[in-house]
Amino acid sequence: MRSASGSHTGTGVWLLQRATALLLALALPGLGIYLLAALPTDYPGWQSLFEPHGVRVLILLTVAALALHAWAGMRDILMDYVRPTGLRLVLVLAVIVILAGSVTWLAAILFDPSLWGVA
Amino acid sequence: MQVDAFTILPRAMSERPVYLNLLRIHLPVSGWVSILHRLSGGLLFLAAPIGVWGLSLSLSGEAGFRRVAEWIGHPFSKLFLLILTWAFAHHLFAGLRHLALDGHWGLDLRHARLSSIAVLLAGALVTLLFAGKLFT
Repeated sequence: MRSASGSHTGTGVWLLQRATALLLALALPGLGIYLLAALPTDYPGWQSLFEPHGVRVLILLTVAALALHAWAGMRDILMDYVRPTGLRLVLVLAVIVILAGSVTWLAAILFDPSLWGVA
Repeated sequence: MQVDAFTILPRAMSERPVYLNLLRIHLPVSGWVSILHRLSGGLLFLAAPIGVWGLSLSLSGEAGFRRVAEWIGHPFSKLFLLILTWAFAHHLFAGLRHLALDGHWGLDLRHARLSSIAVLLAGALVTLLFAGKLFT
């Protein structure tokens, strides 16, 4: 029987990890420079950086790609170091909950109508 | 009773001497790049929810923004940010090297070694530059 949390979809995840890696290698330094180049010291200035709808969509897509990338990487680490299948399953699930939770939370803030108005 | 390699092998494998004294294993430089790639990735995974939380709080209003600004000003947070900067820079450069290796570029020993050293230096350089910005 196959292990319940083994690597039986390895090639797909491997490709996903590489594709998201390329995307993140472009998007994260780009976003970092955009936010840090003229770092505002007050709230209105900070908020105005996120005002453009495109910026918020790009951030959410980037963090979603980051979550998939982190899931693939943490899955590799857990498959290598955590031998008991039950414990490994619990930890992989915890990783998924943490990452999915983070993305959902970010989406809620970035598209909160009380902060940005209805676009 | 007939004994062939297939009946003997699993038993022999399970009784192999295991030598895992991490302090005495000699890693080649590409091995260091590799294990640090993993370590930095794990670190970035742990930091991601904190980052999302900080971003959310900083955007939630005037008061939240000031709280995040205060935290970031604290010396401990600066050290934490510096470690994360190294983790990100190293993970990025080691990852790009990995993609190059996937494309069969730089697989020979000399280039693999040189690119490993370049990754370590580039990660350190970005961290130093950021430290200069952070602590001045």
